[in-house]
Amino acid sequence: MKIHEYQAKEILRRYGVATPRGQVTDDPEEAGRIAEGFGGRAVVKAQIHAGGRGKGGGVKVGKSPEEVKELAGKILGMQLVTPQTGPEGQKVRKVLVEEALDIASELYLSVTLDRANGKPVIMASVSGGMDIEEVAAHDPSAIFRLHVDPQLGLLPFQGRAVARGLKLKGDTARKCGKLVAALIKAYLDTDASLVEINPLLITGGGDVLALDAKMNFDDNAMFRRPDILAMRDIEEEDPSEVEAGKFNLNYIKLDGSIACMVNGAGLAMATMDIIQLHGGSPANFLDVGGSASQEAVKNAFRILVSDPNVKAVLINIFGGIARTDRIANGVVGAIQELGNVTLPVVVRLEGTNVTLGRQILRDAPFSFIVAEDMEDAATKVVAAAEGRAA
Amino acid sequence: MAIWVNDETRLLVQGITGKEGTFHALGCREYGTKVVAGVTPGKGGETVEGIPVFDSVEEARGETGANASMIFVPPPFAADAIMESAAAGIELTVCITEGIPVNDMLQVKAFLRDHPTRLIGPNCPGVISPGYAKIGIMPGHIHKKGSVGVISRSGTLTYEAVWQLSNLDFGQSTCVGIGGDPVNGTNFIDVLSAFKDDASTEAVIFIGEIGGDAEEKAATWCRENWDLERRPIVGFIAGRTAPPGRRMGHAGAIVAGGKGTAAEKMQAMKDAGIHVVESPGHLGETVKRALGR
Repeated sequence: MKIHEYQAKEILRRYGVATPRGQVTDDPEEAGRIAEGFGGRAVVKAQIHAGGRGKGGGVKVGKSPEEVKELAGKILGMQLVTPQTGPEGQKVRKVLVEEALDIASELYLSVTLDRANGKPVIMASVSGGMDIEEVAAHDPSAIFRLHVDPQLGLLPFQGRAVARGLKLKGDTARKCGKLVAALIKAYLDTDASLVEINPLLITGGGDVLALDAKMNFDDNAMFRRPDILAMRDIEEEDPSEVEAGKFNLNYIKLDGSIACMVNGAGLAMATMDIIQLHGGSPANFLDVGGSASQEAVKNAFRILVSDPNVKAVLINIFGGIARTDRIANGVVGAIQELGNVTLPVVVRLEGTNVTLGRQILRDAPFSFIVAEDMEDAATKVVAAAEGRAA
Repeated sequence: MAIWVNDETRLLVQGITGKEGTFHALGCREYGTKVVAGVTPGKGGETVEGIPVFDSVEEARGETGANASMIFVPPPFAADAIMESAAAGIELTVCITEGIPVNDMLQVKAFLRDHPTRLIGPNCPGVISPGYAKIGIMPGHIHKKGSVGVISRSGTLTYEAVWQLSNLDFGQSTCVGIGGDPVNGTNFIDVLSAFKDDASTEAVIFIGEIGGDAEEKAATWCRENWDLERRPIVGFIAGRTAPPGRRMGHAGAIVAGGKGTAAEKMQAMKDAGIHVVESPGHLGETVKRALGR
């Protein structure tokens, strides 16, 4: 799960991480008043979940309350396009108005899980403000890495090591060590999967502040973090993904023309792959779950065909625990309920009760295109999407 | 013979009194696994279709000689269940539960350093040695006893591979689903090492997916430790069409920071001498060809 910058800063401040003073608003007038409180000069930052906001014109400095008000008016409501949003962009509904500070240097600091050894890893670099992936590709040795024992948290000497890694000295180094300790505590306490401070600001006076903040969380742990879950902003998510989530369907919208419904994440990915291999493009990832119920299948089908880009549907179900007769009933039921399905539907069923499942499809008042195996299914669905026979 | 699961397996099921736990405990017994006990705290003394239920793994093991456990405990309590089985000296723990928080699994990993049990999963279909026994949720009837080992993160994609093999009359020695989570108990190299020492395994299907670098490490391990001429390995990576930054169902299946792409993983496999298939529809026939039959 993702949250906004202003929310991440709220959490981090609770743990003692210093941030610039700021306030979130959806009203340009108020933005001006907030700037007044900071003496006039302020930064207006668009609050959307995608990164790269500055590149898209979503971060601007105003020199007076009037200018801040004007900038906020422009940014609020705009479709902000960044390298991470896709061409349609994301609508800006809130801005964070922050005091403008003097910048001596900008550094990079993050905490995430290192899967290879099952420990959180701190990454730090003196190249702040840059995309860390670019730094990693260009000069991997420029990134300082340190593993943290999740049971022990950050040990004081490790905090000092990170400050040294960032080439900080004296009081600034001490402040940085404290900030890293707070960051680790926040990461572990909130079941975060990522905390990224980019840039970490060193002011002319030697203070250390989180100028930007990004936090992602472990979806599986949100049952025990109601305060974090309350920060979820559904407006930032794709509506069809939100709808799918209500039925416990794992759905990700893509931009192709062949909708697919599959049980199991691995098989779902493999099905997308084989569609592409045959010259088609998948419209989505959809895992109806290993034990796909009739109800789940029905809702899944409804969501799939509501995508206007879809030209054909491929249903690939390997019934292990999921019985294929139930799946077949779910699909037939969905088509009957929707009433006006004109899209070609290719079905590949295999596994438990498959004879019965195929019979249900044959008896249905809708002509399915039945496939024998994955290769056959991919060939048929790509042909159907292009409006020709396989 | 097969790896890890065989005639000597005596299975207990943690969470046996839940709907899923009961269903799959009986499924395993039907397949031929000796299901000797169930554990649900507070329900000791009951029975499930003749299987005695105990309050703790320790008691269940003491009374029945169970040496393996299958876990169907809900996510908030599953990490505790894994550690309980390890503390009780269970040799093999297979955790089916999906949705365990990463931080809980980090605790489990730390605990297992002092309590050696082989943990498979979590979020996995389990392990089956066709003809001997199964511990898991896979449909037994699609399997055949034989000499091809199968390793994968996923459930249904493993069934797909097994089905292709069985249709071509290639049986399986053991099929292991290591699970789709970023932090798990047994990794690809653990399974490959066990297959290496198993004389009955003459070829392996190795199915990876996007995210992390476990596949690359396993490919390197194969190059250094495996006689690919004599015992071919057929590889596939799911997720080449997945866009970066999006989690493809499995918590671990995400291309992040430009790392963990299918292309990198397939290249690492090819470099190691693994027969990489582009299409998941060609797994079975590639094994057949690699074995020269």
